[in-house]
Amino acid sequence: MKLKMFAVLGMACALTACSGNHKDHDNNGDGQNMQQMSQGPVPGSQADLVATAGDRVYFELNKNQLNSEGRATLDKQAAWLARYPQVNILVAGNCDDRGTEEYNIALGQRRANAAREYLEAKGVAPSRIMTISYGKDRPTADGDTPEAWAQNRNAITSVR
Amino acid sequence: MSFFSDTEAGILQRHLSRRSLLGGAAASGVLVTPLALLGGTARAAGDSAPAEITVAGAHQAPIPIVIPDFGPGLGNQISGVISADLSSTGLFQVMGGTVPASVQPDFSALKGRGARVAVAGSAAGSDSVRVEMRLWDVVAGQQMEGRAYTASQSNWRRIAHIIADAIYKRLLGEDGYFDTRIAYISRTGPRRHQSTRLAIMDQDGANAHMLTNGSWLTLEPRFSPISEQLAFLSYANNRPRVYVYDLNTGQQTILGTFEGISFAPRFSPDGRSIILSATTRDGGADLYLIDLATQHRRRLTSAPGVIDTSPCFSPDGQNIVFNSDRGGSPQLYVMSVNGGDARRISYGHGHYGSPVWSPRGDQIAFVRIGSGGFTLGVMGPDGVGERSLTQGFTVESPSFAPNGRALAFCRQNAAGAGGAGFSSSIAVIDVAGFNEHIIPTTTGASDPAWSPLRR
Repeated sequence: MKLKMFAVLGMACALTACSGNHKDHDNNGDGQNMQQMSQGPVPGSQADLVATAGDRVYFELNKNQLNSEGRATLDKQAAWLARYPQVNILVAGNCDDRGTEEYNIALGQRRANAAREYLEAKGVAPSRIMTISYGKDRPTADGDTPEAWAQNRNAITSVR
Repeated sequence: MSFFSDTEAGILQRHLSRRSLLGGAAASGVLVTPLALLGGTARAAGDSAPAEITVAGAHQAPIPIVIPDFGPGLGNQISGVISADLSSTGLFQVMGGTVPASVQPDFSALKGRGARVAVAGSAAGSDSVRVEMRLWDVVAGQQMEGRAYTASQSNWRRIAHIIADAIYKRLLGEDGYFDTRIAYISRTGPRRHQSTRLAIMDQDGANAHMLTNGSWLTLEPRFSPISEQLAFLSYANNRPRVYVYDLNTGQQTILGTFEGISFAPRFSPDGRSIILSATTRDGGADLYLIDLATQHRRRLTSAPGVIDTSPCFSPDGQNIVFNSDRGGSPQLYVMSVNGGDARRISYGHGHYGSPVWSPRGDQIAFVRIGSGGFTLGVMGPDGVGERSLTQGFTVESPSFAPNGRALAFCRQNAAGAGGAGFSSSIAVIDVAGFNEHIIPTTTGASDPAWSPLRR
C-alpha cells in the first residue's frame, strides 16, 4: 500500500517536471530522487532520461571540451531523444565559482553549446534543443572543494 | 525601447511613496540656505586653509574633527549619521564633545583636545525639519561653512549625508559620496537555488528595499550616470537578457534583440548608450554599443569563438576596458570605442576579470584569480603599477564611488561540506587598500553598483 502511494506520488512529480513552464530551473538532480521513489520512471520523462542516459556531462576548469565519458552520455541522450521525438530539451551550462560572474555566464553558454552541437551532430533536430547558462549561480554541489567544483562544471539536460 | 509586460513584477508602491517624500523646494527634497556669521570672518573656499588636505594615493593621518550631539531625537540621529559617514572613509578622526550652536566655540579648548576642525549643529521642527550646521576651523579660529538644511522629516538621513558631503568637500577639496545609493542583488535561500532580487539601499545600508520579487535569477545592476535608471540582467521567462529599470515608474524594458544571452551592461559616461556583451552560437561573446534614444546598435568585437565581456568605459568615453580570452585565458584589454586593435594590459599570474575604470580616469580596478583565491586590485590604464587592495575566497564585482576614492565590491566566504559557511556581502574599501568595512544588509548581497551623487 505504502509502495503504491509512493509510485503515484513519483509519477505526479515526474509529470510536473515535464510540463512546459519551467521557472528558474535548478540542477539539484530531482530526477534521481524521483527515480528512487517510484518503481520505474515514466517513459520520456526527466527521470527516464536520468535513468537511461544520464542528464549531465562534466568539463575541466575553464574548458568546454567533451571527454569520452561525456560523449558517451550524450550518445545515450541522442538515442533516448530518438525514441521520444515529441520531447524537447533545455541544456544548461554551469561553472564552478572560481571565475567571475560575468565571464562564467559566457563560459557556461560555451559548455551548453558544446553539448548542443554534439547532440545535433548525432541527429537531434536543432529545433528541439534550447540552451541557457547560469554561470556560477546554480551550483549542483554544495561546498567549496575541488570535488564540488568538478561537479559544478557541467551541462545539464532537462526535459522541457 | 518597447515595454514588455510579462517581466518580473516590480515593487513600485514602496518606491513611489519614498519618492513622494522628496517633495519640496529643492529637487533633492532638501533646501539649503546660508547661515549668518557668528562674529569674525568666514574663510573663503579658495583660501589655503590649514585644515584642507590633499587626498593622495597613500594612507595618511586622519583629520581630527569634533562632531557634537546635535540635540535630542532627530538631532542626535543626524549627528550620528554624519559621524559614521566621515569615520567610514578613514580620513577623519571623529571625536565627541560640546560645540555651541549659536555662539563661537572655545577654540583654545578644542585645540587643546587636538581638534583641527569642529562642527556645530542643531535640529528643530517636526514634519519639516530644519538643521543648522557650522564648520569651524579650530586652528585659525574662523567659520568655514554655515548652512541651514530644510526637508521633510522622513528625509532626515539625506540631510545628514548632504552635511557629511559638505564637510568632506570643504576639508578635502572634492565631492564626497555620502548622498548616494548602491543598487545590488539581494540573495536569500540555500546556495544551490538562491532567490535573487534587484535591490537598492543608501550607501550606508539604510533604507534598503527590493525592486523585484525574486521569481527569476537577476544579476548585474548598473546605475545610469544621468538618470534614475538601472540596467540589469534578468532571466525572466528563462531568457536571460539585459533590461533597463526606471526607478521613477518601476517600468522595465528589454534592451535590444539578441540571439544569445545579453549581459554585462554598462552605461556610457554621458548616459546615452549602453555597452554590453552577447553570447554567440560559436561559443563566444561579442561587445555591442546600443544608443538608448535610437536603439541603433554597433558591434565592437567579433572574434569567432572568443569571449569578450565585462566592458567598461573610460570616463572620457573614448576607450573601453574589457575581459577577453582571445589570448587563451581571461585577461584585461583596452581598445578605442571606435574599434581598432585591443591592447592587453594584464600580465600578472592567474586570470583577470571584472574591470572597472575609475571616474578619475587614472586607474582600473579588477579581479585577479589565482590558486589562492581572488584578489581585488588596481592598475593604471596602461597596465602599469598593479597593486592589490584586498584578497579573499571570492572578492569581485568592484564598483567605484562617484569620486573614485572608494570601491564597493562583493565578498563571499567559502562553503564547507553541505554548503554551510557560505556568505555573500557587500564591502567598501578605499583605493589605497585601507578601511575595508562591510555594508550591513538584512539578506545576503552581491553585485554592488554605486550611484552618482544624488541631485
